Amino acid sequence: MSDARPVVLMGNVPPPARPRSLPGRWLKRLQPRGTSLVTSVPYLWLLLFFLLPFIIVLKISFSDTRIAMPPYQPLFSWGADQVLQIKLYLSNFAFLVQDNLYWQSYLTSITVAGISTLFCLLIGYPMAYAIARSNPATRNILLLLVILPFWTSFLLRVYAWIGLLKNNGFINQALMGLGLIDQPIQMLQTDFAVYVGIVYSYLPFMILPLYANLEKMDLTLLEAAADLGSRPRQAFMKITLPLSLPGIVAGCLLVFIPAVGEFVIPSLLGDPGMLMIGKVLWTEFFNNRDWPVASAVAIALLLFLVIPIMFYQRTQESGSGGGHR
Amino acid sequence: MATSVRDTQQKFEPWTDPHAKPFVRIERLTKKFGDFVAVDDVTLDIYPKEIFCLLGGSGCGKTTLLRMLAGFERPTSGRVFIDGVDVTNLPPYDQAVNMMFQSYALFPHMTVEQNVAFGLKQMRVPKPEIAKRVAAMLDMVKLGPFTKRKPHQLSGGQRQRVALARALVTNPKLLLLDEPLAALDKKLREYTQFELINIQETLGVTFIVVTHDQEEAMTLSTRIGVMNHGEIVQVGTPSEIYEYPNSRFVTEFIGSVNMFEGRLIEDEPGYVRIQCDDLDAPVYVDHGVSSAPGAIVWVAIRPEKVHIGREKPPSPDNWTTAVVRDIAYMGDLSVYLLRLESGKVVRITQPNIFRHAEDRITWDERVYLSWHASSPVVVVK
Repeated sequence: MSDARPVVLMGNVPPPARPRSLPGRWLKRLQPRGTSLVTSVPYLWLLLFFLLPFIIVLKISFSDTRIAMPPYQPLFSWGADQVLQIKLYLSNFAFLVQDNLYWQSYLTSITVAGISTLFCLLIGYPMAYAIARSNPATRNILLLLVILPFWTSFLLRVYAWIGLLKNNGFINQALMGLGLIDQPIQMLQTDFAVYVGIVYSYLPFMILPLYANLEKMDLTLLEAAADLGSRPRQAFMKITLPLSLPGIVAGCLLVFIPAVGEFVIPSLLGDPGMLMIGKVLWTEFFNNRDWPVASAVAIALLLFLVIPIMFYQRTQESGSGGGHR
Repeated sequence: MATSVRDTQQKFEPWTDPHAKPFVRIERLTKKFGDFVAVDDVTLDIYPKEIFCLLGGSGCGKTTLLRMLAGFERPTSGRVFIDGVDVTNLPPYDQAVNMMFQSYALFPHMTVEQNVAFGLKQMRVPKPEIAKRVAAMLDMVKLGPFTKRKPHQLSGGQRQRVALARALVTNPKLLLLDEPLAALDKKLREYTQFELINIQETLGVTFIVVTHDQEEAMTLSTRIGVMNHGEIVQVGTPSEIYEYPNSRFVTEFIGSVNMFEGRLIEDEPGYVRIQCDDLDAPVYVDHGVSSAPGAIVWVAIRPEKVHIGREKPPSPDNWTTAVVRDIAYMGDLSVYLLRLESGKVVRITQPNIFRHAEDRITWDERVYLSWHASSPVVVVK
């Protein structure tokens, strides 16, 4: 019988007084300090490897070029009469606005990254869904297969695509062998090749957060929806999809942000004339040795990416009150 | 022996009427998972407006049976009829049966209102009507002020009522409740039990409740089906199940009981006398038992049906001596653990009628336990 009534045994011995040992108390007092120690590590990391480099780049972006080492003028200098001079060259940013090259590059990059992200989502969602709903044994194998390409160098995998896509490459040979085409299709050095490369390389970054989200979903919610008259497709649209939104957003950001600045894939697979901001950045830094303009390009790119994300988070927080279990 | 007994106070007993048409008819329903038989050849009739409880321990198949009724599981064999229609292989979204889940399964991204409106939207009910029905239902479960909240902003009891409202708003013919009160604390559970009954009576929906909590089953149900190893071992009203269990399993499962093995020494149509090795005097039972003389039987005596006294009872039957080992004070009653001569420990409860009694029976005292001839239950299997 499961009786939850409190049982008071009459004539019970009073519970022994619990002696508090001295080291125990000291440990207790140390605890909050220990917590702050642990949390300070990621902060320190971010400070050293994100904020500090960012400030350096920001500083360079307000400087002017000179032929020296380093190839930019110092921001702060001592004038003749013991005057601290701070010279902020805003010309780098003005240059970005005036020259169409930069605008077009930003636009192309964002378009390419956006379309690639969309394809990653369309391909990645069903895959993540299938993995999350498969039985635990196959699930681990499937996840391993998603991560497996990372065991080979990224550069090597992009080179492999050259072998697949070039005019006498595997795909063209196969299509010609089957008699589907007479002449090889030009695939390498086209936008198509860039999309293939980006979608292929970044797909795992879409699948993994989506999988993590879909896997923890409470399946009785779908049963409840079915019980209330939803067919499986309606239940997906009304329950699964809205609940997986955080996973979709995380996956899209993880693909979109690096894809915008992508340099290797467009330069190896794409049309040499294709203007992408990553390539422009590279050219400014290494070919033109114009560090200030290159820094300005990087800062502007960062702002382009960070501001919309901050807006998104703001609306998320105020809108739903984090309405997720 | 149990079937002839009826609760005279209750008028609602369609199962005793041979002309009554069952609302839910379960025919030889079996569900196997591989080699494991979760539900084993269950046949059951449930009548309109009943609150029928499926009671059993974990893994007894009660939830699987419920899930088959909802359409979440396909039976291996057998049929289910609801209101005369064969629904055995209908998917859940084509059934006019709703379920209240143990976890409530509220949609976390929707407000209380949207959760409750979900079923009506699926049925393509016109918008103004949805609003009206949702508001009425939320009023009924007293959630009026919380319509715009999300499930995570509600307490356990409030969530439970949202789940109930969501399941009832579409006017289902049959509501299945999976452990409806298990997640609530004791006080709230007791209150909610009665509220559930009120709502059920107001709406006239048939309820099938799955529970492992016999107290819950006792208060809620018109009838209880006790399940063990996938089979229904006894069906009856709460008092039938408690006072006239048909097997050792049911006797021990419902409430607590003192069980003694014994032999029939006298077997008459009107009474039996049983010799138990654990007890000093024979057990005299004032009703017949269908078993052969000399057969091994079990005598079950409920803890509250035993009297503790210092005087030796005058009767030659139905008493034994014991020594008080332990007393647990529970407020409304005290539980005594006593050791018999044979070493067996029995559990007796006595109501604490007086706030303060001078001459209470205390530790290590030698006492006489006695009971009325109608109290022992004799089971043969």
